Amino acid sequence: MTASAMVGRGNTEGARLVRAWFAELTQAAEEGRPSVYVFVMGSLAELLRVFDFPIAFPEINSLQTAVRHVAHEYLNQAEDYGYSPDICGYVKADVATQLRGGAHPLGRIPKPGLAVATNACNTYIKWAEIWERMYKIPVFTIDVPGSRAAGLRPQPGDPDFDNDRRYVVGQLRELIRECERLSGRPFDIDRLREHLGHANTMLRGWRRLLELNQARPSVFNALSDGTIYLGVANGLRGTPEGARYFDELVEEMEYKAAQGIGTLTEETSRLVFVGVPCYPIFRRFNELFTSWGGTFVNSTYLWFASGGSNVGYQYDLAHPLESLAEGLLIGVRDAMDSMFFQDTILLDMVDQYHIDGIVYHPIKSCRTVSTGLADTRRALMQRRDIPSLFIESDMMDRRVVSEAQLKNRIDAFFEGLASRRRQAAAG
Amino acid sequence: MIETVFPEWRGATLDDTLVACRELLEDTDFPTVRRWREAGGKVVGHFQVYCPEELVHAAGLLPVKVRGAPIEPLQADSHFGSYLCSILKTSLELVLTTRLELDLFVTHPICDAARNLAGVIGRNVDFPCQILYLPQNPNSAHSGEYLRHEYARLLRTIEEIAGRTVGPEDLRHSIAVFNENRALLRRLYDLKRDAPWLVTADEAYVLVALAGCLPREEHNALLADVIPRLAARDAKRQDKIRVVLEGGFCEQPPLDLIRAIGQSCYVVDDDLLVGLRWLTADVATDGDPLRALAEAYLDRSGHSPVQHDLTKPKDRMLLERVERADAQAAVLLAAKMCEPGLEELVVYTRTLDGRGIPYFVSEFEENMTSYDQLEIQLETFVENILFD
Repeated sequence: MTASAMVGRGNTEGARLVRAWFAELTQAAEEGRPSVYVFVMGSLAELLRVFDFPIAFPEINSLQTAVRHVAHEYLNQAEDYGYSPDICGYVKADVATQLRGGAHPLGRIPKPGLAVATNACNTYIKWAEIWERMYKIPVFTIDVPGSRAAGLRPQPGDPDFDNDRRYVVGQLRELIRECERLSGRPFDIDRLREHLGHANTMLRGWRRLLELNQARPSVFNALSDGTIYLGVANGLRGTPEGARYFDELVEEMEYKAAQGIGTLTEETSRLVFVGVPCYPIFRRFNELFTSWGGTFVNSTYLWFASGGSNVGYQYDLAHPLESLAEGLLIGVRDAMDSMFFQDTILLDMVDQYHIDGIVYHPIKSCRTVSTGLADTRRALMQRRDIPSLFIESDMMDRRVVSEAQLKNRIDAFFEGLASRRRQAAAG
Repeated sequence: MIETVFPEWRGATLDDTLVACRELLEDTDFPTVRRWREAGGKVVGHFQVYCPEELVHAAGLLPVKVRGAPIEPLQADSHFGSYLCSILKTSLELVLTTRLELDLFVTHPICDAARNLAGVIGRNVDFPCQILYLPQNPNSAHSGEYLRHEYARLLRTIEEIAGRTVGPEDLRHSIAVFNENRALLRRLYDLKRDAPWLVTADEAYVLVALAGCLPREEHNALLADVIPRLAARDAKRQDKIRVVLEGGFCEQPPLDLIRAIGQSCYVVDDDLLVGLRWLTADVATDGDPLRALAEAYLDRSGHSPVQHDLTKPKDRMLLERVERADAQAAVLLAAKMCEPGLEELVVYTRTLDGRGIPYFVSEFEENMTSYDQLEIQLETFVENILFD
């Protein structure tokens, strides 16, 4: 492959892999094979693949309805069923998907035979209860205790960490027994090693990918390109295709960094995105920033929605189960920290990524991500002179997305950044 | 240490006692907590729903339930975005305005808004703020051991605040005090269920809620005095329907809303402040006290929309509550913007539809002040049942 052909490969190949994954799910649905429903923060795909379950991520299914501009149809159907306009839009889009027999813009989603939810988001648990009632399927909650306070992150060897790990290991053994019962096949620890090995490559790649965006100009846009990479990171976690993808993605980004190839012709402002993307106007939302030369070089979304893959945890293949528990604990804890205790993380990003501004995007649908954002912003403003923008909309519901209002705020933000640059230049 | 922080009711008639209790509960300056602090005591605030208050009590500290308040979040508003339940905002407001002065704040992973409180409050105060990770997989065989250790971890923090160690005997003594309290609360709920004309919904609520701002020994003395007097009240049974009320597990409906419901219905069971009544039986006072508390949390406890327990499916638990209370209908409330409460409404309404049990649904906010429309709707609902 020529070097020039390498540029952009991550996006095209990522889109192809996601389409192929949905095609597999569609085939499973048509064959009547049940899938396992999991979530992005602690999917345990590495373990579930040992039993060859098709794996569906309802969060990704739901966001795809918004990206493809049909989310309102799904939301309306769920609200007619009884769900409030004020709850998670992902949940409602999924309820409507289930009521439609799995019909989805990317194919057909198979029914669940098992749901595995962590407590990284409490709505995961409430959501899984819906399938439990709808399909009478087992729901397995993997309880992953998070940080008890800001900065309180005990490490392996600390009695508090070891208590949490024992708890997670115990739950994983219970989940394995449930998977054996449902699949009718025994657990194969060597197959787990195999999937953990592929996950190691992906996790290493994810961490390196984020590091590479410290380059100036940035080599990918964390909001637009990053979401494609996230799809692969989650949907193909623990697979050889996913591992190959991340090897090649890192190769592409290293090439771009070495050649000084950025995502924009002229990168005037390097931004961090905090929150969940505005999927109903996904492309346009990003353009409101890129048209001013702004690019998102990092986001908390790439941290928590990858289940903490940014840590780059490497599983110890000699102790697969214990290591899976430790990796789950460390990864999910980090994902939760980037939602609940994110101020220090953001301060670190400002220096490491040469940030010009922070964009906070709280959304109506998600209290998990949004509750602490205004306060985090206040805390950061007290600790550091860094411009920030606070804009509210939604990840699913176009009724609370006002493009004109967003544009006004974003334009004013960039005018402020430009003025700040002029003042700095004038000394 | 101060002998009593709530002397106003002592020696008073029943009516005056109930008035004093109501005034205390409605006082958003938390006078009993203030008196405790003025006497040199320290205070641990714990957010909804359940907290093992025995750990706090055993260290000689005052556990206080942080449950928001019907106040304007003038300072807190700028710390949050638009789409959020009120209790988060007013709980922060209580702290920022020092209406409620704490030495430690503990929140729980009941929902993600609540979990965020540790970070939000922690960034704005100089006392520690923590999350107590109560198990979200109570069905795991490993959750008991995990929880015992988690309680021990919290106890270490409490000991640091108290400046003293807490031994097993301290804990056993506290468990005994709280066992007495739980027994008294069960008696109050028995009275509510068996003779609801003797204690109105809002009176019962006030008596329960004071557990959240009184030393538990004082609350025990209050209940032990008041419950027999309520039982001996000269009150006549009225032609009201019997209902269970669901939706008060976290943000609290205004007292006037509870009273409005009580004017049309006998509220014979509810989940109001269910965390104070979470443990449904006595906790063992022998053996390892932390283990006993952990086992009680997992095995002898109530239910709420914010705990997923395979042995307590919400639809079945609601039906059991209706049946046990011999209720004719249900009043289903949900706090505005409360994710778990609003999601549970779908389950509850569909379950009750399936059984042909009538129900009344309403959203609320803790600082709402107008109930006219709700009262009319509720009266219509009740009349439809009475004259059906």
